[in-house]
Amino acid sequence: MKKKHFIVRFAGEGGQGVVTSAEGLAQAATQTGYHAMTFATFPSQIMGGPTWTQTRISTTPVRSAGDELDVLVAFNKEGYETHRDEVRQGGVIVYNSETFQLEPDGRSFGMKFDELAKSTGNARAANMVVIGALAYLVNMPQPILEEFVKKRFTRGRAEDQEIISSNIKALSLGRDEAAKSGFNLGEIDAAIPPKYPQILLNGNQAIALGAVAAGLDFYIGYPISPATSILVWMERNLVGPGKFVYQVSSEIEAITGVIGGGYAGKKAMSATAGPGFSLMSEGLGLAWMAEIPLVIVDVQRGGPATGLPTKTEQSDLFATMFPAHGDVRLPIIAPGSVEECFYAAATAINWAERYQGPVVLLSEHALSERNQNIAKPDLSKLRVESRKAYTGSNGYQRYEAKELSPMPLPGGPGAYVANGSEHDSIGDTTHLAERHIHMTERRWSKLHLLEDGTFESENADASIAILPWGGSKGPGREAYEELMSKGADLAWYYTMFLHPMPPALLAELRKKKLVLVPELNYQGQLAFILRAQGVKAEAVTQYTGLPFKVKDLVRRIGERVKAERKEGVRA
Amino acid sequence: MSAKNPEYDFKWCPGCGDFGVRRALEGALEQRRTETEQPMENNVVIAGIGCSGNLVHLLEGPQPFGIHGIHGRALPIAMGVKMARPELNIVVVAGDGDFLSIGMEHIAPQAARNLNITAIVMDNGVYGLTKGQSSPTTHIGVVTSSTPYGKAEDEVHPLELYLTLGVTYLASGLSSKVKDLSKMIVDGMNHPGFSIVHVQSPCTTYNDTYELLKGNPKKGIEPQAWPVPDGRDVASKEAAYAVVRKGGVPLGLIYQDKSRAPFEERVRQAAAKAKPRTAAQLIETYAI
Ligand SMILES: Cc1ncc(C[n+]2csc(CCOP(=O)(O)OP(=O)(O)O)c2C)c(N)n1
Ligand code: SF4
Ligand SMILES: [Mg+2]
Repeated sequence: MKKKHFIVRFAGEGGQGVVTSAEGLAQAATQTGYHAMTFATFPSQIMGGPTWTQTRISTTPVRSAGDELDVLVAFNKEGYETHRDEVRQGGVIVYNSETFQLEPDGRSFGMKFDELAKSTGNARAANMVVIGALAYLVNMPQPILEEFVKKRFTRGRAEDQEIISSNIKALSLGRDEAAKSGFNLGEIDAAIPPKYPQILLNGNQAIALGAVAAGLDFYIGYPISPATSILVWMERNLVGPGKFVYQVSSEIEAITGVIGGGYAGKKAMSATAGPGFSLMSEGLGLAWMAEIPLVIVDVQRGGPATGLPTKTEQSDLFATMFPAHGDVRLPIIAPGSVEECFYAAATAINWAERYQGPVVLLSEHALSERNQNIAKPDLSKLRVESRKAYTGSNGYQRYEAKELSPMPLPGGPGAYVANGSEHDSIGDTTHLAERHIHMTERRWSKLHLLEDGTFESENADASIAILPWGGSKGPGREAYEELMSKGADLAWYYTMFLHPMPPALLAELRKKKLVLVPELNYQGQLAFILRAQGVKAEAVTQYTGLPFKVKDLVRRIGERVKAERKEGVRA
Repeated sequence: MSAKNPEYDFKWCPGCGDFGVRRALEGALEQRRTETEQPMENNVVIAGIGCSGNLVHLLEGPQPFGIHGIHGRALPIAMGVKMARPELNIVVVAGDGDFLSIGMEHIAPQAARNLNITAIVMDNGVYGLTKGQSSPTTHIGVVTSSTPYGKAEDEVHPLELYLTLGVTYLASGLSSKVKDLSKMIVDGMNHPGFSIVHVQSPCTTYNDTYELLKGNPKKGIEPQAWPVPDGRDVASKEAAYAVVRKGGVPLGLIYQDKSRAPFEERVRQAAAKAKPRTAAQLIETYAI
């Protein structure tokens, strides 16, 4: 039987071509009709340091980076030693024999990545040598790859032709080396090219595009991993009449700046990570209190404090849901794939406009660095919302209603004070009990406007459910399918709308005997929040800085379900 | 809006300097309305937290828009509003604690950008709203509720600091000289860049400095305040430094540099190098 997918990990040191090889392979595969996903971890130093990237190629859409390696490409000895145990039985290790040597062991072969590249006249083609070898190992036809090289390097420059032919030569040299080795992994099944147009991008790019598609026109940021690439993207692209983007001097300037922009009528956003989000706390309280639409993206990394800047974690749920002092609970949308990053960002902008308040888009490192092919978003089908602006005459009482009311914009009628102190109907400070009750209930009532989120459910009659969130969706789903194929009886639920959660979902979850929540943090933050809402939720946690492995989830969920069923029998 | 609003329960103490600042700002906004023929709603008053910040609720007459945000952050909020809507006139009102202590970190970046707004700093040398603690402009050795044995820090010299940070319009006023103050505010609003009008606005409850500022011949107290003589080169930074280093409280225009482009202009020029693309075009750049 032909293989449906294969997984390659590239390991070495920053600057050796680890990332370019992995991404090159993903590009080559998607351009030829396969699906692909890359997953990267980076060292925190600028130059060098151990790094690895994984590419999974498949004939069907990819959900997770995968557990067991078909191939390890080791750029140095450390990369080999750290990752060799993750190569599956029958897998192959390709190593750069310029950096170290191995005794023949029946599964490894060396080739001189850089020397082979240099012999083509193009020292930068080492990644093509590697890709050529990989293609041979899975019998991917050479013409497919040559076409990819032509597409990639046709840039309308004089030297294009030369670069293309050196890269094609590099592919062939790698292919020849792999052929000499005698290893073969069996043929990958033919691609089934999707019928719809596609794009290939990472989670942060998808967030940026989604926000812009929903009309984002105001962005202020401060650099922080792993959110920096959103700022950099905006600086380049959020330009033109009526648009503003700027790097300011802190996250305090960023949040208060977007408050100013949101107040003045813009669709305003900033992206940050945990440390910056903490600095935004007070400002988020102000935006909630004064009812200012804005979106904050938190691309989570390991925390607390400076934490693990280049590792993944899902540990900011508490902080983003309850970021400020006082009675505040922010709306949160947490995407679980690159495609969802796009729609989550667009919805976050819509939500902020609709309920006139701050919305958090909760992403994570693993999504931000992940490249994936997705269906090209159809903008004609995308709903774009804008706030209800006040257009009447002066004398308007902006906060008099018991629920959402039209928002005056400076320059127009209905001047008021957007006040961070408790306020009366025109925004003047007050301490009256009735007013604080009125305003508190007004602010909370607006959350009901956001209860239109969708959710996935499957086998909903089962009494035990699994409900992963964010980036744990992919491995969670694969684990679910494997457990079901082995005869388990589990319900599947998933939503990216963590607050407000779709009420129908919450109602279903409350009926379950047990809801298992795979999440990457110590406390089991979503499970904790669900328990507080009457769901018998229990977390399956991990805090390694890496995403879940499917096999770990299968084992742990399987064991927990078995224990639960036994208990059930006794009772 | 206070006179018409029984629900608003804050009051300045009798004799508080902030009354004069309020009248000066009302006059300046009214003058601007007549001169520019733009509606009052084209002005946004952004207030810090303190007795001073309450000014935004106490303006009588046609109402400008307002924001009464969080302590120390009036400047970056103002930046957001101004860059969202460069055609609006933005005024910041804040106390010495708000502007020069918790908000200090925001002055330098806005000066470097030459953010085109007018900040009115109401300096009473004390934290009024929290009832009398020391502030950055409280002098060394002074006893306050939070410095019972005398303040251990040197005081900040705001005027010299603003010059060093690159503020492009700087005037120094006294809350009781309402007409002069009003003119300074109008000129600050007309100045294309970052304007600061630093006002001595005494706190009659916790730090009554009227007598020191104006002098009292009967008690042999020399006035600290002195008028800056006319006919200087206001664009000379050296001359401005000489004025602010002379001691006491100079009153008048201290410095104005019209040669530096305001922030909105700089941003516009930089963005002119870019080729704007629609969302659809941007998505297309990732096509497989
Ligand atoms: C983050 C934060 N810290 C502290 C306070 C308490 N607080 C309110 S006003 C103020 C100082 C006000 O002093 P100043 O800015 O000089 O204004 P004044 O009352 O003298 O006009 C402080 C410390 C606060 N509101 N927020
Ligand atoms: S405490 Fe001082 S600053 Fe505050 S209102 Fe009274 S006099 Fe004015
Ligand atoms: Mg003060």
